[in-house]
Amino acid sequence: MTILLIADHDNRVLSDATGRALTALCAMDDAVHILVAGHRAGPVAESAARLCGAGRIILADDAAFAHGLAEPLAALVVSLAGDYRAIAAPATSGGKDVLPRVAALLDVMQVSDVVRIVSPDTFERPIYAGNAVAVVQSTDEKKLLTIRTSAFAAAGTIDAAVPIEEVRAPHGVWLARFEGETLSSRDRPDLASARVVVSGGRALGSAEKFQDVLGPLAERLHAAIGASRAAVDAGYAPNDLQVGQTGKVVAPDLYIALGISGAIQHLAGMKDSKIIVAINKDEDAPIFQVADYGIVGDLFEIVPELEKALG
Amino acid sequence: MKKILVPVKMVLDANARPRVRADETGIDLSGMRMSINPFCEIAVEEALRLKEAGQAEEVVIVSIGPAKAQDTLRQALAMGADRALLIQTDETVEPLAVAKLLHAVVMDEPPDLVILGKQAIDDDCNQTGQMLAALLGWPQATFASAIRAEEGRLLVTREIDAGLQTLSLPLPAIVTTDLRLNEPRHCALPNIMKARKKPLTIRMPADYGVDVRRRLKVLAVRPPSGRKPGIKVATASELVGDLRAAGLV
Ligand SMILES: Cc1cc2nc3c(=O)[nH]c(=O)nc-3n(C[C@H](O)[C@H](O)[C@H](O)COP(=O)(O)OP(=O)(O)OC[C@H]3O[C@@H](n4cnc5c(N)ncnc54)[C@H](O)[C@@H]3O)c2cc1C
Repeated sequence: MTILLIADHDNRVLSDATGRALTALCAMDDAVHILVAGHRAGPVAESAARLCGAGRIILADDAAFAHGLAEPLAALVVSLAGDYRAIAAPATSGGKDVLPRVAALLDVMQVSDVVRIVSPDTFERPIYAGNAVAVVQSTDEKKLLTIRTSAFAAAGTIDAAVPIEEVRAPHGVWLARFEGETLSSRDRPDLASARVVVSGGRALGSAEKFQDVLGPLAERLHAAIGASRAAVDAGYAPNDLQVGQTGKVVAPDLYIALGISGAIQHLAGMKDSKIIVAINKDEDAPIFQVADYGIVGDLFEIVPELEKALG
Repeated sequence: MKKILVPVKMVLDANARPRVRADETGIDLSGMRMSINPFCEIAVEEALRLKEAGQAEEVVIVSIGPAKAQDTLRQALAMGADRALLIQTDETVEPLAVAKLLHAVVMDEPPDLVILGKQAIDDDCNQTGQMLAALLGWPQATFASAIRAEEGRLLVTREIDAGLQTLSLPLPAIVTTDLRLNEPRHCALPNIMKARKKPLTIRMPADYGVDVRRRLKVLAVRPPSGRKPGIKVATASELVGDLRAAGLV
């Protein structure tokens, strides 16, 4: 039996999330086919073909897939669903958008945000913002899974690429129309896969100070920048930097929280980081309960000292 | 638009700390404060704003849950919704079954737009809106941070991993809300009193002929693995020394 994994990409680059989801699925002891649905996405298919653990690549190249919209993509996945024992996607914004649509069309109850595959039908997933972990057994014949990518390592690559098979887009009338997008600049490492993340909270006080304080430190540490919801809501940082229950979930080697109180919704997105550093002027801030290293003090004084000490 | 349907869920309050039962059967909700799921509250608010802007005539709220979920519905009515429906059950109803019940409600009503929260903060599934869109064959715009009604279509800005995306949807359509869509209003006391007189209908899942049996067996619910307590360091240079020793910087 085989598993179908829906690749996450932007038509040019295969995201690291796909390889992490592949690592998770390889534990199920089945062949994994990776579906690349995109527009002029040949290079993505070629990268997918070199992921260690991929059995075959299915490429559906059509203008309908240019922006990853749920309607055509769900129709395509349903048309391919046939014999696959499981259909999975990384729990990225794209995966979360499309997979439930597929699940309903196949009459399957999806398991969201899998953090551990216990057996081919049993999975662990966080609930209540990660305050509990549920072990669930799916009784549906097909399993539909989104994979929380921060819980799994990136897949390696191989030299000999696996075959790429092309399929056609299903016919249909797609109702939602793409109008435009505003993409964040990509001059920093990707938040979801960076080894080091520097995050700022409400304490930063303005977009300028957020950039002035976090920018150089992140640069020095080759880190991605993250933010709390309060910082995003206040306009200090763009929405795609939000870490937490309802933002991105990250698990870097080092997470540095600056002026973040540590609300459970924020912890949900970073408490599986290997080492957590917190700088906060309130010694009772809950962030210190999860921090490996804490400094009590004013971040505007401590961050420059930190940069100096780093040399 | 004539009608907007807003499904809402009652959940453990976002500020309460969930207690995992010692026998691993789930979360102990007894005596805990229950509230409207924050994302659903945002959905109610957005529907009301569309109505107040003259874009819709009626806002109907529906919830699937225990008798106590009437409180959640009354809150939505106090915010300004016109009427409410409770599909009453004490069982846990999974997103797929919720979507099937909502599908039946949509057939009864039928609304021009359904606005739902993108996820419930208890099971964190993030599925129901997309599933309902699939069952209805309607377009979907998930994770909305802005909605504009324009010439019979909806322009929806969505929060995606890479930034923001804007979609244009014909009606009828499904939208799921993200946190930055709006800030829900507080209910004034007179409105809370008035809401008591607004129509609230109660039905059972069986009235809709929907099979709500669970597809996922919950084998155990456990506390997450905790973190070891850390240390406080006095200075930045001490911190850097420790991080260097650990090979992190
Ligand atoms: C449904 C729901 C979903 C949510 N999802 C998320 C989510 O995904 N991500 C998220 O982050 N939040 C989320 N939240 C919000 C969360 O509850 C908190 O409100 C938010 O995380 C607080 O952000 P903060 O820590 O930056 O701000 P605050 O809680 O205001 O903390 C600011 C901290 O900065 C410290 N401080 C102030 N000045 C200084 C200084 N000069 N130097 C050092 N420290 C200083 C203060 O002591 C304080 O601890 C969600 C909430 C809800 C209800």
